[in-house]
Amino acid sequence: MNFKVHKTLNQSFIAAIMADIQQLHHLATQVRRDILRMVHGAKSGHPGGSLGCADFVTALYAEVMDHQPSFNMDGVGEDVFFLSNGHISPVFYSVLARTGYFPVSELASFRKLNSRLQGHPATHEHLPGVRIATGSLGQGVSVAVGAALAKKMNGDTKHVYVLMGDGEIQEGQNWEAFMFAAHNKVDNLIVTIDYNGQQIDGSTQQIMGLGSDIEAKLKAFGWEVMHMDGHQMESILDTLSKAKSASGKGKPIFIIMKTEMGYPVDFMMGSHKWHGVAPNDAELEKALSQLTTPLADY
Amino acid sequence: MKTFEVQNVKDTRSGFGAGLHELGKQNPNVVALCADLTGSLKMDAFQKDFPERFVQVGIAEANMIGMAAGLTIGGKIPFTGTFANFSTGRVYDQIRQSVAYSGKNVKICASHAGVTLGEDGATHQILEDIGMMKMLPGMTVINPCDYNQTKAATIAIAKHNGPVYLRFGRPAVPNFTPENQEFEIGKAVLLNEGKDVTILATGHLVWKAIEAGHLLAAQGIDAEIINIHTIKPLDAQAILESVRKTKCVVTAEEHQRNGGLGDSVAQLLSMSFPAPLEMVAVNDSFGESGTPDELMKKYGLDTTDIVKAVEAVIKRKN
Repeated sequence: MNFKVHKTLNQSFIAAIMADIQQLHHLATQVRRDILRMVHGAKSGHPGGSLGCADFVTALYAEVMDHQPSFNMDGVGEDVFFLSNGHISPVFYSVLARTGYFPVSELASFRKLNSRLQGHPATHEHLPGVRIATGSLGQGVSVAVGAALAKKMNGDTKHVYVLMGDGEIQEGQNWEAFMFAAHNKVDNLIVTIDYNGQQIDGSTQQIMGLGSDIEAKLKAFGWEVMHMDGHQMESILDTLSKAKSASGKGKPIFIIMKTEMGYPVDFMMGSHKWHGVAPNDAELEKALSQLTTPLADY
Repeated sequence: MKTFEVQNVKDTRSGFGAGLHELGKQNPNVVALCADLTGSLKMDAFQKDFPERFVQVGIAEANMIGMAAGLTIGGKIPFTGTFANFSTGRVYDQIRQSVAYSGKNVKICASHAGVTLGEDGATHQILEDIGMMKMLPGMTVINPCDYNQTKAATIAIAKHNGPVYLRFGRPAVPNFTPENQEFEIGKAVLLNEGKDVTILATGHLVWKAIEAGHLLAAQGIDAEIINIHTIKPLDAQAILESVRKTKCVVTAEEHQRNGGLGDSVAQLLSMSFPAPLEMVAVNDSFGESGTPDELMKKYGLDTTDIVKAVEAVIKRKN
């Protein structure tokens, strides 16, 4: 799969793209099944945000990024990704396994003793695909800025991607990193914020309002800001393509990705309730019945 | 008691700056980051000669540590520079998660440690940093004693793959260790052989231990003096070998008793060779404004404090 957005498309090309998008949908649905089964199996974890970001992380790894599942920590000559909101590790692990970083059967070990799939992503157990430990929030953007600087110093033209939570932006370190990246023109960096409006204790507006205009905040910090619908594969691919085109022009790029926590499981959507709770047997069955795919469970 | 020739009187932070500049010439992967204290950390020479590898991060230490961790992903060897207080306590969780737990090859270089920072007072005089850093799994903790040794340590840690905390200070102190010495991480340096007491000193207290050794010799006490420049990993073999001979120990450091060198030595001795131990260290207190000499005296870190501790520990033998 190698999706490119073109202004003028012939019919066969459109058909190929639609087939691509259909495949991405299947993969994202399978990732959602994995997320629910992993969290259920561990009787703990964070399904809500993981489900909400499944389309984006699937698109990144299956379509957008130029990356090597053989995995080299330094990531020289390839795109690298950091998950700053490490608690949505289930989506990260599932996508890594499903794109060839390690066997999908290993997903069953999530949060279990002696596993490489720790509750939050870690390098300590040498899980291929993970380049930094995250979980204590607010640190991933700084790490990504450092990795982006290293790419510039190495003459490496590939990109650095980060996903962060919207509640996570309350951590002050992010704003240090935002200032630095703009001041130093770190323009090979594409940060996406999962703008689902929920955090553990309630909605972000209740807990610590992010302000009516997150776009204006980031623009004022000197970033190029884009929007995308995190549940429309076409929107994700189109926006990431535009982001790549906008890179290298002196500004870091910030994408506000609208998502719904728990999407698309009907009883998990629209609330913070499923931020950090595992489904029981009946809830798992009900959720899985809403997620059908031709792919196979681990 | 052996005498040591003082080549000059220099600050250890200048040793760091010289070492870093040397590394800039030697190793193209060495990168330096500084949080608005380039002059204080003596990083100017590196900044001037290797501007493409110098990163000014502003007053944002948390971001500096995170970026340093990120720079290792791409094969860089980042050296971060700021005061010891802002290098540790302010950014402990960033170091813990992004550097130590993640096993990143970051060198955290910390100046103005301890009370010898002087007049700025307790807000800046960290006395807990060795403890915080040595508790982190996989972290190497080094506190060299003079200019030459700090320069050598700075060069040596670039060759060590893993996180390192390098601690040094502000005041000019006697520079007496060999120029262009080989610095071996984790290898204690025997400065003076003796049979009556073992003095284990680190950082600025090493020279004070030598001064104490002369005063003790005048009293007929034969002190074995060892420079513990690496607190973690501790050179257990060298320490136990000495204590088996002398049967008592004094530790000396510009740090809290809790968490410092004395604490590490107490752990080692109690498990391997119980022996009387006295600690010359700050005893559960913050510092204050004053000159370095006044503060070392007031907080019990002076040459005479080492002498008194030796007298006390010898009385406790048998």
